[in-house]
Amino acid sequence: MASLVGSRVERKEDTRFLQGKGRYTADINIANQTYAVFVRSPHARAKIKSVDTSKALKSSGVVGVLTGKEIAEDKIGGLIAGWAIRSEDGSEMKVPANPPLAKDVANFVGEPVAVVFAETLDEAKEGAEKVKVDYKVLKAVVDPAEAMKSDAIHDGVDKNLCYDWLLGDRKAVDEAFAKADKIIKVDLINNRLVPNAMEPRACVVDYNTASEEITLYTTSQNPHLSRLVMSAFGGVAPENKLRVVAPDVGGGFGSKINVYNEEIVCSWASKKIERPIKWVAERTESFLTDTHGRDHVTHAELAVTNDGKFLGFKNETIANLGAYARVFGTVTPTYLFGPCATGVYVIPAAYSNVKAVYTNTAPVDAYRGAGRPEATYTIERLVEKAAMELGIDKTEIRMKNFPTQFPFKQTLVHTVDSGDYVAGLEKAKQMADYKGFEARRKKSEANGKLRGIGVSSYFEACGIAPSAAVMSLGCGVGLWESAEVRFNPTGQISVFTGAHSHGQSHDTTFAQIAADELGVPMENIDVVHGDTDKGTFGMGTYGSRSLTVGGIAIVNACKKIVAKGKRVAAKMLEVNEDEIEFKDGEFVALKSNKKKTIGEVAFACYLPGQRDEMKSPIPEGDEPGLIESSFFDPANFSFPAGSHICEVEIDPDTGNVKVEKYTAVDDFGRIVNPMIVEGQVHGGIAQGIGQALHENTQYDETGQLMTASYMDYTMPRADNFPEFNLGFTCTHATSNPLGVKGCGEAGAIASPPTVMNAVIDALGGQEISMPATAEKVWKACKAMKKSNAKAA
Amino acid sequence: MTKVTLEVNGKKVSKEVPDHTLLSVFLRDNLNLTGTHVGCDTSQCGACVVHVNGKSIKSCSTLAADVEGSKVTTIEGLAKDGKLHPMQAAFKKTHGLQCGYCTPGMVMSAVDLLQTKKNPSDQEIREWLEGNICRCTGYQNIVAAVKEAATKM
Repeated sequence: MASLVGSRVERKEDTRFLQGKGRYTADINIANQTYAVFVRSPHARAKIKSVDTSKALKSSGVVGVLTGKEIAEDKIGGLIAGWAIRSEDGSEMKVPANPPLAKDVANFVGEPVAVVFAETLDEAKEGAEKVKVDYKVLKAVVDPAEAMKSDAIHDGVDKNLCYDWLLGDRKAVDEAFAKADKIIKVDLINNRLVPNAMEPRACVVDYNTASEEITLYTTSQNPHLSRLVMSAFGGVAPENKLRVVAPDVGGGFGSKINVYNEEIVCSWASKKIERPIKWVAERTESFLTDTHGRDHVTHAELAVTNDGKFLGFKNETIANLGAYARVFGTVTPTYLFGPCATGVYVIPAAYSNVKAVYTNTAPVDAYRGAGRPEATYTIERLVEKAAMELGIDKTEIRMKNFPTQFPFKQTLVHTVDSGDYVAGLEKAKQMADYKGFEARRKKSEANGKLRGIGVSSYFEACGIAPSAAVMSLGCGVGLWESAEVRFNPTGQISVFTGAHSHGQSHDTTFAQIAADELGVPMENIDVVHGDTDKGTFGMGTYGSRSLTVGGIAIVNACKKIVAKGKRVAAKMLEVNEDEIEFKDGEFVALKSNKKKTIGEVAFACYLPGQRDEMKSPIPEGDEPGLIESSFFDPANFSFPAGSHICEVEIDPDTGNVKVEKYTAVDDFGRIVNPMIVEGQVHGGIAQGIGQALHENTQYDETGQLMTASYMDYTMPRADNFPEFNLGFTCTHATSNPLGVKGCGEAGAIASPPTVMNAVIDALGGQEISMPATAEKVWKACKAMKKSNAKAA
Repeated sequence: MTKVTLEVNGKKVSKEVPDHTLLSVFLRDNLNLTGTHVGCDTSQCGACVVHVNGKSIKSCSTLAADVEGSKVTTIEGLAKDGKLHPMQAAFKKTHGLQCGYCTPGMVMSAVDLLQTKKNPSDQEIREWLEGNICRCTGYQNIVAAVKEAATKM
């Protein structure tokens, strides 16, 4: 039987999605449901003096109004930071309370203050208009670079500083810098982004008054984790009385990791008003309250020799956490950032210093890549600038500093198990026709255009686990993943996974790997996820971990099925277990060539006997049934890597940047479904180009979000991109039996510096910040003209 | 309240709804046709695209009462006799969708493109789809799907 792993299998989930049969949270309606509308703070920072709900309660159709006072009285806990980070001086990070409904003070525009439930959505909206909140407006802290010099917005958080974190050795760095021929310096802003999954957040809650069980349908990347948080920290209900279902989810990109205010409030309230509740965010609510991404202000330096060897690296970064620290908020700018700061290079001395600050803006958390795009942007801007200043070819300087031996022990944290960075960059150069660039540049010049080429080589640490490692770094939970494989008596198989697909194609790829392991057609396999009542437990999907952690749990559970099947088949065929070989779904007795299919064995496991004979196929010590589970906790992260090359053409008259060519060569280890992996890379590159050229989240000085709809926030569209040119190299991961590495975030990690390096190259080395909008580029072109004229 | 009568996916429907009911709300809440999605409320993202009398429109910014008497086709009405429409089959073949949320609007919009222009160039496809936002695919495989469908339609 041909292996399904490695094949371009069409997706199982497409049949329902393409016919409008997907079932997203907003598609769910429950008889007798009420509609929730949240009353949100219009101010970035304000004391809440009073909340008057009397008029709202009398409004037509209103069933109930709840405020921060009631939720505090019921002792419902707030939102949490998932990782505890220590400062360089050993002190613990400072984390303010984040109640689900603000009671005394509101800290960002959009923070929920009260909620109205009514018979119809229109009535709920009208009711919400009638809730009168008396605010005393306070001066907002908006700019992260100024936050440490501003008023403290949270009691007990001096200078708005959550932590001042250090990774690395300052002394070693000083020594390395003292030996350098040249110090390359950059000042960078990693622009704040809104993840913008196309499905707005939503929840539908049903409280069963008989069983006292709450069922929460929600737009989550990790339903089990949501249940754990809501139960352990929120105190909404015990875990066994709380079912969380994340049905089809329309994209996440990190923004649906967190348990949000609305889910906690509606779950709590449903029990209180004894009615089902439905809440669906409008797009502007999503802009205001979904967790945002990036938002770093960085100064970084690279110490180099005249012949282009790297000696030392350091960065001083201010990371904006927004108003509160959320699940991945504190780890994104530290352990997901710092360990990747030295990139794909041998740099003997390094440190990464990050000060995380609170501001009166929406909370900032993981967004596709989370920390690694910021790290890659920093080192890859430095490397490109070093090449320019030293007059060395930009690919040559990279090659010169790549490790050649694997495993590669980096200076900061990671030991990278496998890779071949030289092969990746060589292949990218060839595919991009790197040699032919100067000719293309001249051609553009002849047409009055500026052409630039940019390179970036990246690696990243993903497949987020191992539990012992992440917990040692401050993670509040283990990051293993679970699977259960149920071989049903009549031969169909249900594979339960704790990972969650919101676009990642698990229905297909997980069925491919299980089909290969069990030797059955993948049509016989259903992948089940997203329901705490169905799967055992799971940590969910983020950090490119589904396949490298969750997929391996499935493989291991399948191996247990086959192992038991072997014992049963041996008894059925009356031979010793070691005389049985399992191949292509059949247990074969080697000597006699008698065989039993895995379906027959499964059937026997459930019907272990036969008429007129006292005989069981179940060996002594085994039990009936054929269900196996596995919890997989890998020994290491996985380390995908690659090199991307981009060419842009700038029209100096308009400042318009056109991405002319984009080449990506990635090493994801063994690839399960090339079609799906290519799709993941396309999407990641598009988001990265969006960051580099189009997207920006803009607050004004009072903390009002100026980019709170698609009229104001530039989402990349189809005509913003060329056709991406993709290639792959392959070195197997050694930390898992499939040899796979994560692929979901790589595109978004590699592409922003690739594009910016090309833009800056086109501008003759003139620094420009992301997003390189037409206005900024046009100004840079004018400045360039002026300085060229001066020089002439 | 207004009585709205439409022919939706070949079936006549008639409902009494508030005057300000949007076509997207009418389809989703009154007819339970939840394949039509709402992604932005400002007619920017295109997840809500349906056909009214054969032309693609954004149902989140169209009043149901305004299209009284029209023939409406939603994503649920595209496949015939259990067989995917060539555009749907092409999206599947080229992996033109990931999370599936923008897909119904994207497919409806793309079908209208091929009704308007038989063999569009890559650039024409990309420009036509400017009114449909996808956050997952980077659009490359969507463009490939439209080209694939153009050979079958």
